[in-house]
Amino acid sequence: MGLLTLFAKSPGTLLKLPSGSFTVDCEGCVVVGTVPSSFPESLVHDIAREVLAAFRGAEAAQLPLSELVVNYPSLKITARDLRGGAVIFLSPKAIYAPDAHH
Amino acid sequence: MGTNQKILLLDDDPDLLDMYREILAQLPSRPEIHTATSGNRAMAMLEAEPFRLLISDLKMPKMDGLQVLSIVRRKYPQLRTVVLTSVVDEQFRSRVYALGVDLFWHKPGTEQEIKLFLECLESLLGRETEGGFRGVQSKSLVDIIQLECISQSSSLLRITNGPLTGKIWIQDGELMDAEGAGLTGEAAFQKILSWRTGVFESLPPEPSRPRTISKSYSALLLEGAQAFDESRSSGAIEGEAKPAVSPLAELSQVEGVEFILAMKPDPSAPAEARGLENPERMAAWSRQSFERFRALGEQLQAGPLERIEGLGPQRHVALACQGDTAFCVGWRHSMTRQQVGEMMKRVLALWAS
Repeated sequence: MGLLTLFAKSPGTLLKLPSGSFTVDCEGCVVVGTVPSSFPESLVHDIAREVLAAFRGAEAAQLPLSELVVNYPSLKITARDLRGGAVIFLSPKAIYAPDAHH
Repeated sequence: MGTNQKILLLDDDPDLLDMYREILAQLPSRPEIHTATSGNRAMAMLEAEPFRLLISDLKMPKMDGLQVLSIVRRKYPQLRTVVLTSVVDEQFRSRVYALGVDLFWHKPGTEQEIKLFLECLESLLGRETEGGFRGVQSKSLVDIIQLECISQSSSLLRITNGPLTGKIWIQDGELMDAEGAGLTGEAAFQKILSWRTGVFESLPPEPSRPRTISKSYSALLLEGAQAFDESRSSGAIEGEAKPAVSPLAELSQVEGVEFILAMKPDPSAPAEARGLENPERMAAWSRQSFERFRALGEQLQAGPLERIEGLGPQRHVALACQGDTAFCVGWRHSMTRQQVGEMMKRVLALWAS
């Protein structure tokens, strides 16, 4: 019926949320990581920057933290303090199985 | 034709748009179909005139469907949204629904799929415009209890308010027992009655439930109404004579809470705090963290920020919003992260109630 071929176009790209982890030093530079290379490096740096800022801000507010978990409906970011740097885990969540990644 | 029946189709392929237009012309409600081949064009059209429904592709150059939808959901919460895509990755389905989109459809390839798709669209377009009796009526808890008791019913009402659950046993129109918020009997009944919102279920009666409530339902409802009136008027009438009771007081009594901070969206408004000697610093960090991680969530297209949890050697902390109030709550460090998450939900539900 011709419909199938007409519906089968695939231009553009979509940002897929990655599953993996990476370690950053206190400057926010990635030391080592398992995040797929298809995930933009700039976003990895943005995540690292916000996580490090949150750890430092908490310490300045006299609330030192060793672990930080940021929950979005489709992603969980878990970060552990690493002597000024951090190891950061990214876990995409399935909306119908919110506990699957806990 | 009213503006309720306007559909905006967004896809970067003009041929597909023509095809969709033909398909949507089969809808019984005969909606007006408008098309856009880019996210920017679609945004401009939505700005210019009201639409009832947006149908968007996901994969598009420059501004993709997720970016369009995250803006649209924030700017036009009343607009119905549907994703029509060839993307089969389940992660995108999750993320689309996390944005609050009404429907996620794979592009239909057969006549049967097209028929189903049209039925779903017609249902979406029909909601809120059809006459007749439909849906669940919103009633106050007092109305529901009165209805059960006047009609001499026997039932077990289970009332849920976020993570809080309460039960009220009714037998032949008489209140028998209640349970909820760690209380039983009349105290539980009054506590449940004080919840402002929630959902209820009518479960099969339990005739063997021992009676702990001796007062009539009308006396208890009257007492509840009086208590409510007094609590509302005490601020206005006796406000000058008595110190105002902070609504945070009850929340700070929740097990495990070490401090609590409530902040309004206006950064110049002072934060309310309990259990903190110097709340300004903590408020500044909380506001900054909310702002930064909200922006990061938008960048990542991961959906709206739900909650931030921090674990520390001295105490844990959780940040989340309820309505227009942002909370930062400090928790005992002996609690696990799961416990912090659960108890934070409880705090938010208490605030809402």
